Amino acid sequence: MGDPELGSGEGSSSGGEAVADAFALAGSEGRAALMPYLMGAFPDVATATAVANAYVDSGADLIELGVPFSDPLADGPVIHAAATRALDAGANLESVLETCRAVSARIPVVLLCYANMILGEPETFARKIAEAGAAGAIVPDLPLEEARPVRKAFDAEGLVLVPLIAPTTPPNRRKAIAEQARGFIYLVSSTGTTGERARMADDLSVLISEVREVSEVPVAVGFGISNAKQVAEIGGVAGGVIIGSRLVRAVDEAGDPDAAVEAVSVVVGESADALRR
Amino acid sequence: MEASTKISDSASGGLESHFGNYGGRFVPETLVPALDQLSAAWLEARDDPEFTAELDRLLRDFVGRPTPLYLAERLSERVGREVYLKREDLAHTGAHKINNAIGQGLLARRMGKRRVIAETGAGQHGVATATACALLGLDCAVYMGSEDIRRQAPNVERMELMGTEVVPVDAGARTLKEAVSAAIRDWVSNVEDTHYIIGSAVGPAPYPALVRDLQRVIGDEAREQILTVTGSLPARVIACVGGGSNAIGTFVPFLEDPVELIGVEAAGSGIESGSHGASLVAGKPGVLHGAMSSVISDSEGQILEAHSVSAGLDYPGVGPQHAHLRDLERARYVAVGDEDALAAFGELARLEGIIPALEPAHAVAWLLSEEGREAEAGCDLLTMSGRGDKDLAEVVQKISGGS
Ligand SMILES: Cc1ncc(COP(=O)(O)O)c(C=O)c1O
Repeated sequence: MGDPELGSGEGSSSGGEAVADAFALAGSEGRAALMPYLMGAFPDVATATAVANAYVDSGADLIELGVPFSDPLADGPVIHAAATRALDAGANLESVLETCRAVSARIPVVLLCYANMILGEPETFARKIAEAGAAGAIVPDLPLEEARPVRKAFDAEGLVLVPLIAPTTPPNRRKAIAEQARGFIYLVSSTGTTGERARMADDLSVLISEVREVSEVPVAVGFGISNAKQVAEIGGVAGGVIIGSRLVRAVDEAGDPDAAVEAVSVVVGESADALRR
Repeated sequence: MEASTKISDSASGGLESHFGNYGGRFVPETLVPALDQLSAAWLEARDDPEFTAELDRLLRDFVGRPTPLYLAERLSERVGREVYLKREDLAHTGAHKINNAIGQGLLARRMGKRRVIAETGAGQHGVATATACALLGLDCAVYMGSEDIRRQAPNVERMELMGTEVVPVDAGARTLKEAVSAAIRDWVSNVEDTHYIIGSAVGPAPYPALVRDLQRVIGDEAREQILTVTGSLPARVIACVGGGSNAIGTFVPFLEDPVELIGVEAAGSGIESGSHGASLVAGKPGVLHGAMSSVISDSEGQILEAHSVSAGLDYPGVGPQHAHLRDLERARYVAVGDEDALAAFGELARLEGIIPALEPAHAVAWLLSEEGREAEAGCDLLTMSGRGDKDLAEVVQKISGGS
């Protein structure tokens, strides 16, 4: 990656194309795409931007950029605490989009954002994030039945609204979700909130294959993935691998921006190697 | 009069997921199938004579329903019109919350779920759920903000005595909003064997309709009782609104009647101070805890902290049906501040020998206010949603000048 032609920078291509290109490039190398997550404006905008650039330099294919929200129901303690700290320090959508703007020419950026920040005026929100170069968003509290107005606003801006499928989602519902998917499907690895897990569910690879069968877009797996071994295992079956809490913890534990960059570079670098082996 | 659950005619056949533009399900995908299962189970259960007979029996013999309707004579004299109190404070465990907890406990058992979780603010819903779980032999964990654990200590002891685990929540302002979030996170992780008994008419569909169905026993009884006693309908029906369960349960049977419906929210330190719990009076459309409703939020959609001296009204959201009734102008919502509620707490104790919970003390305070006394002919029905034992220490400290 790192080729601006493939990026989602202003006007160069739609967010949907940038996302599709990133997955296609990984696929052409016979591997899954790597998508590390960071909490926007955490602990501050400069560090977040440095972390995002470190992700690109260490082999990420796309990045997931969290927008801090007061009541993040899908998140476990690590990401919740990071969001709370970012908000206490004055973070808002604009400060998160600064990081998006800074890296979106290098790599497709997909926001992770809660519904209440979008639903007020979906069109305005879509325009704002498209102008900042975002490729789209994952909205973890916006299930199929409620998604239509947001999908419409996103479609109009060429943005992807990435849906989630969970292990509890029954087969006929998976199909209905897949039919409306844009960009990729976010498959939740196990029931629960975000957070590192020592072990993945035994039947996860079966679930991944079943979802791939009904989906025309790639299937990326997230929630709980925290080490290179898990990345390699899941990357062997899925189209994409998402690492979240492990990296947010690394940023949290680092004392300063340089240490944060160093720590996340190790984790992302090892994961990228694991996928290329 | 018999305790009777007239639960199935409120939605004639269906179970509403939306109320006008409000309601819906804004939750992680993991929970959607469980919400579908809950909707189906409730539709089936509320039409199953065996289930409703069991519920009626427990409401009568265990909870003590029907609760009395009481003409509060000295309060009436003070207000200048007849005021009838619907005495939910006399229900077992001391508040209306037990109506919902018993119903959902039975439903959990019917769905084969062995574990129950709940959130609580004032502790009344936690105690009600702990009670239902002891009665029905279910495991129970209750999430409670650590600030609420402090100000509602007697209820924590009650829950623990009945075998419930009380889990302190330290996030945010350590009150009801965070306790609901923590309960939802637990549910996302343990949805296969756990039922979440939400404590008010809030949350993702079908909860607002389910809790409403289980609380309408308040209004059904009261309507029949007041017709029997006075021969006519009340002019006004008044209830306090936190999440809105005692109010919606009281209002629903009167929706088609020529009766004014008034919901009283918490104005906390004053609406202008920004430190309040008045989601309907001063909120705007938004999503909190899985439903679109009227919420207290900033311009970017971040949910703000609520404030009220009453832990049960200290919540920045409200049930979606209330937002709809407000927009339709079928119900009117007003707000009363901490100081007036505290004064009404003492006033009712002295006038009637009834120590109200701080939540319904807000409704009493509105009735005693200038606005509350301006009324046409006819009498008032006010839901005394709970008793004030849990609040005594906190109120005594506040009144004697502490904080
Ligand atoms: C006695 C009492 N009344 C009212 C409430 C507010 O809840 P709701 O608006 O759902 O009736 C509570 C909540 O804890 C309560 O304990």
